[in-house]
Amino acid sequence: MLKFGRPTADHRLSQATPSEAMSAVPVYSGRFGRQEAERLLWRAGFGPRPGEADKLAKRGLRGAVLSLTRPPAARLSGPAPRTEDGPLRAHSEWSHDHLWWLDRMVRSNQPLVERMALVWHDWFATVKDAAPARLMLGQNALFRRQALGSFEDLLRGVTRDPAMLLFLSGGDSTKWEPNENYARELMELFTLGAGRGYTERDVREHARALTGWDYDWREGPGPVNFRYNPEIHDTGAKTIFGRRGPHDWQDSVSMCLKHKSHPSFFVSKLWSAFAAGTPPTGTRGALQSLYVRSGYEVRPVVEAILMHPRIYDGDRVVKPPVVYIAGLLRALERPIDTGAWGWISDLSGQVLFRPPNVAGWDEDRWLDTATFRARWLAANYAIGEKRALDTDGEYDTTEDAPGAVARALAFWGRPTLSVETRRQLLAYAERCQDGIEHSWQERPYRILRQNALRMLIATSPDCMTS
Amino acid sequence: MSHQHCRDFSRNQLLRQAAAEAGKGLPDIEAGMPLPAGTGLTRRSMLVRSAGLALSVYGASQLGLNVLGDGIAEATAAPPSSPVLVSVFLEGGIDSLSVLAPVGDPNYRRLRPRLALGPSEGRPFAEDERLRWHPAAASLAELHGEGKVTVLPSVGYTDPDQSHFTSRHFYEVGSTSASASTGWMGRYLDRVGSSSNPLQGLALDGRLAPALATSKVPVSAVEGPDDYGFWARGVWGDPEEWMLEAMGRIGGAQSGDPARTAAGEVAVQAGRLRRQLAPFSGGSPPAGAGYPSSEEEPFPGQLSSLAAMLAAGLPLRCVALTAPGDHDTHDDQAGDLARNLKLTSDSLRAFQRDLEARGLANRVLVHVWSEFGRRAEENGSRGTDHGAGGVGFVVGSRARGQMVGEFPGLGSGGLDGDGNLRATSDFRALYCSLLEQWMGTDASGLIPSAASFSRPRLVA
Repeated sequence: MLKFGRPTADHRLSQATPSEAMSAVPVYSGRFGRQEAERLLWRAGFGPRPGEADKLAKRGLRGAVLSLTRPPAARLSGPAPRTEDGPLRAHSEWSHDHLWWLDRMVRSNQPLVERMALVWHDWFATVKDAAPARLMLGQNALFRRQALGSFEDLLRGVTRDPAMLLFLSGGDSTKWEPNENYARELMELFTLGAGRGYTERDVREHARALTGWDYDWREGPGPVNFRYNPEIHDTGAKTIFGRRGPHDWQDSVSMCLKHKSHPSFFVSKLWSAFAAGTPPTGTRGALQSLYVRSGYEVRPVVEAILMHPRIYDGDRVVKPPVVYIAGLLRALERPIDTGAWGWISDLSGQVLFRPPNVAGWDEDRWLDTATFRARWLAANYAIGEKRALDTDGEYDTTEDAPGAVARALAFWGRPTLSVETRRQLLAYAERCQDGIEHSWQERPYRILRQNALRMLIATSPDCMTS
Repeated sequence: MSHQHCRDFSRNQLLRQAAAEAGKGLPDIEAGMPLPAGTGLTRRSMLVRSAGLALSVYGASQLGLNVLGDGIAEATAAPPSSPVLVSVFLEGGIDSLSVLAPVGDPNYRRLRPRLALGPSEGRPFAEDERLRWHPAAASLAELHGEGKVTVLPSVGYTDPDQSHFTSRHFYEVGSTSASASTGWMGRYLDRVGSSSNPLQGLALDGRLAPALATSKVPVSAVEGPDDYGFWARGVWGDPEEWMLEAMGRIGGAQSGDPARTAAGEVAVQAGRLRRQLAPFSGGSPPAGAGYPSSEEEPFPGQLSSLAAMLAAGLPLRCVALTAPGDHDTHDDQAGDLARNLKLTSDSLRAFQRDLEARGLANRVLVHVWSEFGRRAEENGSRGTDHGAGGVGFVVGSRARGQMVGEFPGLGSGGLDGDGNLRATSDFRALYCSLLEQWMGTDASGLIPSAASFSRPRLVA
């Protein structure tokens, strides 16, 4: 997701000009076939289950997008998640919260809702070290409930969310000692962007306005009984964005949303969750206008982005690690049946409920030699003992190189690959064929080749990106 | 372990663990016991991607890990020329009178009725006709014969302390101060080292070596070799090797889309790193390199990895590791001592040969030390109790190869009032010489009262 750090030429977003605001968001008008549907399923979810891309392509662009943004009632299909030790205990076991959500990503019939929950988790990044699992899961439910609803409702929900109150010190901020932690991030990371039209004074005054949240500490469960306590709220006058008044937390949220820098921040950040690069200038203005006209609704903006030409003919993006892993499991229709996804995700650079800091994950750095190897491990684990071919088993000893590549592609549901990748896969398949020097090698070499091709496809640059 | 540890030794182990988790607090210790140097230093884990090592980094809390990674990469890029000192610790107090047995001393058989070596066992020690190398130390004897081992037959300090922990602490901090909190090599690194290269002081045992504890610059410990394998289920033999080649080829073949091309470049780098890391894999040393094989002891593999790291140009200055076994041999000493001494000596010889073959032997000196020697008179359990003067070595092509201090003998002049060997050289004088003659820096300011020690000549 786009990060708003210190203002630079790249990050300084201008307001929409009136002419831009008037224009409509461009809509993709090219062919919408299997390949486009596949990309949509990756960007707006966690990749296709077998046959899903073909089915979605038949709906056409608009039908396909709306089926994701306006999904049927939530349903999880397939076996319940478990580890080697039995059912998940998401509230108590260290990585089971991660597994619990990963399972929803794999099994949900509302992939975009889960994907939006991930977008909000990254946007309002809260680290689980700060709050008990039950509160982190409560926040996760908020993100899911508000996935495609009103950003204003979401922001109000986050501002009073117990995990966030613990993480950014809102629960410890009183009229006597206002804490600026949440106030600062509310503007810098959640609504406006650093250096985009607010001052240090605004931070301090927001902090005063946001006082009033309270909780108790009980031996055992820890923080409980989160509530608004008027006694600790600062009722005095504050000047925020030049406006003086006895502002409270509701005013704080409203003023951030109505700030002139908010719409451009919102659409650019949301855009970066789905597409490469920044939105074209005209698009950005049109999206801002759509957002404000709808009354800060998320769904219309997401729909416009998902129908934008850039999604289908623009550059690829690196799949976030959990998206990559959930996608492997969806392609194989494999349920969560091992705790290994916890440590593999950790090695891959993305542990759910544990973003590196309040700014969320750095999407520009998903891939390096260490996380690449972790994705290799993920593919190897996804195939697993059950699906890897036994080198002592039966196999078609007449299979040629193209046949081997086709079979390996079918194993993963025929993902789209570049010409270069296909050529190299075929070269590998032929090399194995040429390596057969003795008749006893005919069968085992083909099995080894098939297992290897599946790994090479899953870890290809094509499948690391979408 | 067939023999029992003394209470002090077990506590020592506990404290070491605690030091490893520095900052998490130490178990209760008795009054007067020194805290290990480096206690309380911050510890963070990092993966040095340029070197494929998983490290614990100590004492760099103000720096981002990417800065450290960049620092290492930068330091690696410039071919290192600084001298390297490797500290090998023989833990528990090795019995120097077995390593270099005074078979020619008239009191030897009386003091060691059951543990004495036979009059013709092992090789004679050319610099003192009373002494013979333990047969298990034949590899060291061989290097000594080539002039590559400087022997300190009775190294120690005045008013010797017989607590494992206290005496070891003195060696680690380079003074007889219980309150010192930086290691002697750590202070050297504080003077000459870099604020962004934690590899300059590297412990190979997986936890901070107190001798490397710094006050300014970061140092590190190998947590374990980063296993950078690319295993695939049901793929082996030639098709596996070709698969790994294909992984890089697929990556390198990409063009057009920037994200796909960048992902491909990572695959190419991963393939390259996999090949580079094979030598640091830390498991068994490569066959044919001459390192002894041991299923249980990491020592030969650690030295083999160290040679590979040096050959790869990693920016190391001071390295610390612990030799096999513990030498707190209060009972049934002979078997354990021989087994561990042999593995240690054979590994050190293999390391020396490895460095020679790689053309690195002139850059590295190895200092072998133990916290004290053992009592001249054996005890009733076929073992020996804590003593004073002990044995030390400086090994390397540049070692001068001439004994430092004489063997004091087992007569009344050679033993102190407790029946322990008198020290004929001081470890602090040894450190002064290593600093000045090998590392090229003035010992004053690094070793307390440096001016009061006369420097033995160690380096040829």
